[in-house]
Parts: sequence; structure tokens; C-alpha cells
Amino acid sequence: MIMKWFKNELLVEFFEDKMAVIGLVIFALLGILALAPSIFTYQNPYDLTQLFLENSFQAPNPNFILGTDEQGRDIYSAMLYGLRISLYVGLASTILSVIIGYTLGLISGYYGGWVDTIIMRIADIQLSFPAILIALIIMALWGEGVGKIIIAITVVNWVYYARTARGVVLSEKEKDYAQSARALGMSNFGIIFGEILPNTTAPIIVIATVRIANAIILEATLSFLGLGVPITEPSLGSLIANGYQVLFSGYWWASVFPGVLLMVLIISINLIGDRMRDIMNPRLKR
Amino acid sequence: MALLEVNNLKTHFFTRSGVVKSVDGISFAIEKGEILGIVGESGAGKSITGFSILKLIDEPGKIVEGEILFDGVDLVQQDEKHMQRIRGNKISMIFQDPQTSLNPVITIGEQMMEAILYHHENVSRKEAFASCVEILKLVGLPAAHERMKSYPHQLSGGMKQRVVIAMALLNNPKLLIADEPTTALDVTIQAQILYLMKKLSRDFGSSLILITHDIAVVSQLCDKIAVMYAGRIVEYGSKEEIIFDPKHPYTKGLIECLPKLNDDKERLYQIPGIMPTLLNLPQGCYFKDRCELADSECDVYPEEQQLGERRVFCHKVK
Repeated sequence: MIMKWFKNELLVEFFEDKMAVIGLVIFALLGILALAPSIFTYQNPYDLTQLFLENSFQAPNPNFILGTDEQGRDIYSAMLYGLRISLYVGLASTILSVIIGYTLGLISGYYGGWVDTIIMRIADIQLSFPAILIALIIMALWGEGVGKIIIAITVVNWVYYARTARGVVLSEKEKDYAQSARALGMSNFGIIFGEILPNTTAPIIVIATVRIANAIILEATLSFLGLGVPITEPSLGSLIANGYQVLFSGYWWASVFPGVLLMVLIISINLIGDRMRDIMNPRLKR
Repeated sequence: MALLEVNNLKTHFFTRSGVVKSVDGISFAIEKGEILGIVGESGAGKSITGFSILKLIDEPGKIVEGEILFDGVDLVQQDEKHMQRIRGNKISMIFQDPQTSLNPVITIGEQMMEAILYHHENVSRKEAFASCVEILKLVGLPAAHERMKSYPHQLSGGMKQRVVIAMALLNNPKLLIADEPTTALDVTIQAQILYLMKKLSRDFGSSLILITHDIAVVSQLCDKIAVMYAGRIVEYGSKEEIIFDPKHPYTKGLIECLPKLNDDKERLYQIPGIMPTLLNLPQGCYFKDRCELADSECDVYPEEQQLGERRVFCHKVK
């Protein structure tokens, strides 16, 4: 049902903007690379039998197009595997926080009263701390791990969806269609998820796209600080951190290339997100 | 036994500036297949009466007293679960504005089928679809089958109101409450919709409560009429009694206000003054400030008087 709505108007409109299309193409390309990195690489950077110390710290050359790190690991191959972890963490944490935040926001906005007060005060308290601090505390308490970092980022990010959803619900629930759904004998649950939810998707989709980039950056930051993913499953952030240690010894490629890839990834997501915001907000239309 | 019997119903709103007695002790009854019109100006408590019957009163409002006997069961005592089974199933409501009472992002068909599937677990989607198409044809929506896939914004106001009426009739309700069903429509469509509702309620054998400010509409359609003023019923009786022989000065005024085509009047009659705010009701009869007949006798709220079938609240009616 929602997909049909997309096909008709929004998707066509999306492609009217060149920058957004470029962003989408880049993102799709990176997505394909990340889905199956083993097809596109000539080395599994985490299989120690494929690493040879005599190849360490090679500058970019025909054998290792983006150079190698201190263990003779091909940077290009490591980047694709890192990209996979970064994207995985970014998408998984965003999906989780949308589910949790959206649900809490809908409930909070629809029921109001003490339910609303409790959920929104928790959100307020959380917003008054810097996001990175909360994530740092959680990671410091629990230790490293891909699953743990997804949870940590979810804990930071659900607030944005909850607040947005609540705001939209407050205006939607007063509309006649919600009232007439009640007059048709629908339960509160049915009204929230069957009637109101479809009317609140636009802002949530927009925020989710923009915040995927945010989640990926947060993960990279945590990994850079050594509190993110473990060494055995490095992300772009931990590759940058790893390369950073030898950056001033002249081995710039080990940290610059993963950094550039991270940047390209973030820019492509932001281009998509900006366009989503434009087409989903009728007031911004020219 | 009457299908619906409302006895001394009081719905009050407890606002910060005081208690608003939107509905203050009204009683009426409606038999099976009957059409009752509730007339009055804005803020007289007509809509709140309708909402009270379905118990759709939200905070800070509350039904503080009275009983609503539907099929012998007092709805005031029922819990939310029970009410959900009654709403849209045994009692349906049609809202004022068809433009907004349909969900804008869900297709007509989906919304209608939902209304069936919600109340009947053993009905398949296919059967639900078929009965939706059938009822859309019944309310005179052209190309009913294709319309099932339309979104509300693709329909005109009259078409949407037909859809809303069709939705209300889906589960064969015993009672239909129509809250100003034609206010948002233009005059030509109004007549069609009203005729349609009368015909359908006769065919389906449902009773109909028509809430409106338009006494002309009521005089065409209804069997019984209740005239409301400031939260209370001032006159209640059969259509003939009320339209052709109004007793209460307010009812007389309302009928006087109607333009008559064969009269060559410069100005239309208007009832002087405005309805008192419900927060600050005058002592005695609420209508006395606007009434030409009022005197010291009216400083006490009038007792109910029975004149034949009619009940009227006025000291000046003897």
C-alpha cells in the first residue's frame, strides 16, 4: 500500500534531482560492494594465512592498489569488509531505533497523560547529555562487540524518532478520521497502528535516512576511540584508528583511504536524505 | 420497548474555567425504524448528545448522570470493550465533514473492509470486498468496483459523503446517528444525500437520529423532533406538532427564520440576541433574555408540560 504510493508520485519526483540520483547510485554501489566483499577483493584481510609480513606498509602499487598496513593487509580489501560492518551497524541500529522510538512516540502522543510524561521526560533527560557521552558510557560498561554497539547507538537515537512521532500524532489524532475510526468500533491499538501510523510515515522516513549517516559516524567515532567493534571485525572507524597510529610515519594511505570512503558514504546518504526531505514536505516545493 | 431510550442524560465538561453543562438532563426515545431530528443552534449540545450515545466523550468530559437504554441495555454502565463491539456494528455514526472523516492515506476499499473485518472474524477478505462494492452501488456511487481502489482525495465531496454513509451501513446497524451529514455539501447534493439516507434507513429498517441546525431538513425527513437549547430539550414531539403548531417561543422563532418563497418580505425574521454561554447560564428559563413573552414567572426554570404527545418546557404554554 505504501509502496504503491511511492511508485506513483514520490519516486518519480525523487529522480528529478541530479544530486540525489548521484547519491543514490553511489550508495547502491557501496551497498553492492559491502554485501559481497569477497567477490570484489583479492584477499580476505582477516584470514591470517593470507597475510604476509613482507608486504607490510607498501605504498599504493599495482599489486595493492591502495597500499597495505603493518601486517601486510590490503587496505582496499579491508575497506570493503569494514564498509560492510559500518553499513550493517548503521542500518541495524537505525531500524531498531525507528521501531522502538516510533512505537513509544505513537503511544506517548496518542494516550498523553502520565504515559506521555514518563516517556518524554526520559527522552528529555537523554537529550540533555551529548550523544557520544551516552554511547561511551554504555560501551565502557559493556565492552566491545557489534551487537553491543548497535544497542548503544539505538539507545542514543530512539529519542529523535519518539519525539517526531509524538508531535505528528498529537495533530493527527484530533483529525476526524481518527474519531470516526473510534465510532466504527476500532480499538486504540487498531487506531494507532492502522489509522494514525500510515499518516505519520513521511517525517519518520526523512529523519531515518538522515540519521543513518549519523549512526555510522557515531559508530566510527566509537571505534576510533577504541570502544567500538572488536579488532577481529573492524569497521571503517577502526581502520582509520589503526592507520592513524602510523599516519605521522608517512604511511598516510592506511588511514586516508578508509576516511575518504567513510566521507563518500556519508555524503551519498545525506544527498538522498536531503532529497527525501524536499519531496516529502509539500511546503518546500517550488 | 423503544430501541433507544435516553433518560435524564447529563454530559458535563469539567474545564478550568468551570463546569460546562453541554447536555443537561435530556430525555427522548426512538422506536425501531423511526427518524428523530435533533435541532438547535451551534453549541446547544446536539453533537455531544450523539457522541454520548456512543460514549465517545473524551476528557475533560464525562457522562455524569442518566441512562442510555439501547435494546434494554444501559450503555452508560458498559465498559470500553463492550462499546467497541457496539460502535460501527449496532450503532453507527456519520460525521459532519466527509472531507476529513476518511483516512487520507488508505484506499476507500481498505477502510471499508476494515470496518467489516473488525466486527466479523469469520468473513474472508473476498466476501468483505464483495459486500463493500454492493453497498457502494446501493448508495449510488458510480463505478463502485474501481472506486474501491481510490484514495479519498480522488473523490468529490458528495462521493465521499456517500462512502461515509456506505461505511456506516456496512454492518447493518440498528441505529444510525448522523451529525450534520449535509453541512459540508452544496444544496443540490444535500437533497440527494438526505433522500438517500431516508430510503436506506427504511430499507435496512434502522432507526436514524439526524442532528442538524437546519429545521427545513428536519421537517422533510423526520418522524419526531427534539428542539435543543443550551443543553436542554425545550420542545419534543411529532413532526406535525412541532412544524405546523410550534408552542415554545424558541421553536416558533426557528420556524419563523425560514425564508418563504411566496412571502415578499424585506428582511428575514431573526431571533434577537445569542444563546447564553454554557458557563454562565441565567437564573430560570435559559431563553428568557431573548423571549418576547418573558416576565417574572420565567425566573424559575419551567416544568415539563405534556400536551398530547408533545413535551414542552415553557410557562407561557397553557
